[in-house]
Amino acid sequence: MSARGASAQQLARFAVAPSRRRRDRLARAGILAATAIALIPLALIIYYLLRKGLGSWSPSFFSSDPTGNTFFRSASIGGIKSAILGTIEIVALASAISIPVGIGVAVWLVEYGKDGRLASTVRFFIDVLTGVPSIVFGLFIYIVLIVGTGTSYAGYKGSFALGLLMLPVVTRSAEVILLLVPNGLREAALALGAPRWRVIARIVLPTALAGLLTGVLLAVARAAGETAPLLFTAASTLKTNLNLDQFTNSLPVQIYNDVTSPTTAVVNRAWGAALTLVLMIGALNVIARLIAHRSRLS
Amino acid sequence: MSFERPAARVADVEPDDLLNKRGPLGPPQSMPARPQSPPTQPYASGLGTPAGTEPGLSVTLRGLRAFYGANEAVRGVDLEFNANEVTAIIGPSGCGKSTMVRCINRMHEEIPGARAEGKVLLDELDIYDGAVDVVAVRRAIGMVFQKPNPFPTMSVFDNVAAGLRLTMRGRSQGSKAELRAKVEAAVRSAGLWDEVADRLGEPGAGLSGGQQQRLCIARSLAVNPEVILMDEPCSALDPIATLKIEELIDQLKRRVTIVIVTHNMQQAARVADRTAFMLDGRLIEVGATQEIFTTPGDPRTEEYVTGKFG
Repeated sequence: MSARGASAQQLARFAVAPSRRRRDRLARAGILAATAIALIPLALIIYYLLRKGLGSWSPSFFSSDPTGNTFFRSASIGGIKSAILGTIEIVALASAISIPVGIGVAVWLVEYGKDGRLASTVRFFIDVLTGVPSIVFGLFIYIVLIVGTGTSYAGYKGSFALGLLMLPVVTRSAEVILLLVPNGLREAALALGAPRWRVIARIVLPTALAGLLTGVLLAVARAAGETAPLLFTAASTLKTNLNLDQFTNSLPVQIYNDVTSPTTAVVNRAWGAALTLVLMIGALNVIARLIAHRSRLS
Repeated sequence: MSFERPAARVADVEPDDLLNKRGPLGPPQSMPARPQSPPTQPYASGLGTPAGTEPGLSVTLRGLRAFYGANEAVRGVDLEFNANEVTAIIGPSGCGKSTMVRCINRMHEEIPGARAEGKVLLDELDIYDGAVDVVAVRRAIGMVFQKPNPFPTMSVFDNVAAGLRLTMRGRSQGSKAELRAKVEAAVRSAGLWDEVADRLGEPGAGLSGGQQQRLCIARSLAVNPEVILMDEPCSALDPIATLKIEELIDQLKRRVTIVIVTHNMQQAARVADRTAFMLDGRLIEVGATQEIFTTPGDPRTEEYVTGKFG
């Protein structure tokens, strides 16, 4: 890139102007500063999670239920086993409900509804649903399934609330992915004389599989961290509970309960639970990224 | 021409093959079956059967009009594609040739807002008849697209088998050995066997562009169609790959009727028995390829084939 040998005229024409160089450096510095500002709280959250959370981790932390005995220093307060298992149960049922329905809606929108009036209406309501605050889903389930039926809290009711929350996320992400499947593949399969449902089942969905999985995992990760829809649907309890017809503990709700405790050990348990939850969700995100990375559509 | 086929052929009809079961259909509209193919084992001798034993069928357009919304892309075309001939459709971009070809196997319907009027007869059957199953039409009239489009999730083998697997009902797919034989026959017919015989398990999308296009032709052939529509099949390929496809077309016309849309007039001259020139949604002229290129009847055809516009 040497300018030697160039005439003065050429240099005058092609040399970088000092003012432009200055503006470039300023702009770069500004962008870098914005990035740094955004990273500071993230780094602090991770730092505090690790510092405070790791301290309460121990084998028994994961293998024991909370005892509820928090007023005496000598007593064991227990761990978060029921919360971990409860979160997994509730989210699994929520996924079992919302993933098939959500992908089904997306298939309908992309393959059948297309740009029709009904499809546009459905899309509009899905968008509205995406913007609904999570506590509203909890409230809805509370009104319908608890007040409405005159029954009590139950894990499955929490699953319904989370399922409703996941539904628009799953649908929207699946729709975007299905739209990415090249139309040429559908046409190729249709031109072979394949019925439309087989084109969808054998060509469109397998081609989109990785992207669909990514979207689904991100929806699951989002639901797993929600507190509000569970507070007055699944409620909380101490014991590990494999029956979703009962009160069911969950990590977000236990964190919520623990952090308001006057006992330091219990607050520390909240940090430990928070670290656990973040790592669980982080793992889902990493898996989603790995799958997306291998996707043929990206 | 083909309307004078012997009436005995109507008796060979397999309603399952082309017609929706729900639609009761009288004999005159019934789908013509291949005259000499044994009904129990259509693939008995593979695709290497001697020329003429599984002939293609003629396609006749009568007053075909095609629309995209209010825009009329094809404005009343009457045209016959003779059985076991290659007919090239030439014409400037936007003249409606692709749209017209897509109407022949009702792929036109896949575009939202698109519709067609008039008749398309496969031999004697109007494929737009209400009782005709569009899926069966496409089994009989295959299509090869401009851009090679192998299924990305599938191996070379599975791509060719896809047509068979996607179209056969449940257990009528036959044994693995049969499927293998059909796939091999189709790949051989597409002139691709020597190149992919040891790569059948590899992804179809890993082949070169020309190989991918021949893979797509093999995929179409595997379901044993009577007609193959090719919409600018070589426009994404280099000259050598193009030459291979052209040689292939010449061989395939023994067993299928071929309609090829092309922008390349040398290609039309090389492969087509007859050539049709379209302009602005209308058929200007159709005739023996030699005639169209040397002694066209219409001045517009002459201007186009001599490169004065287009």
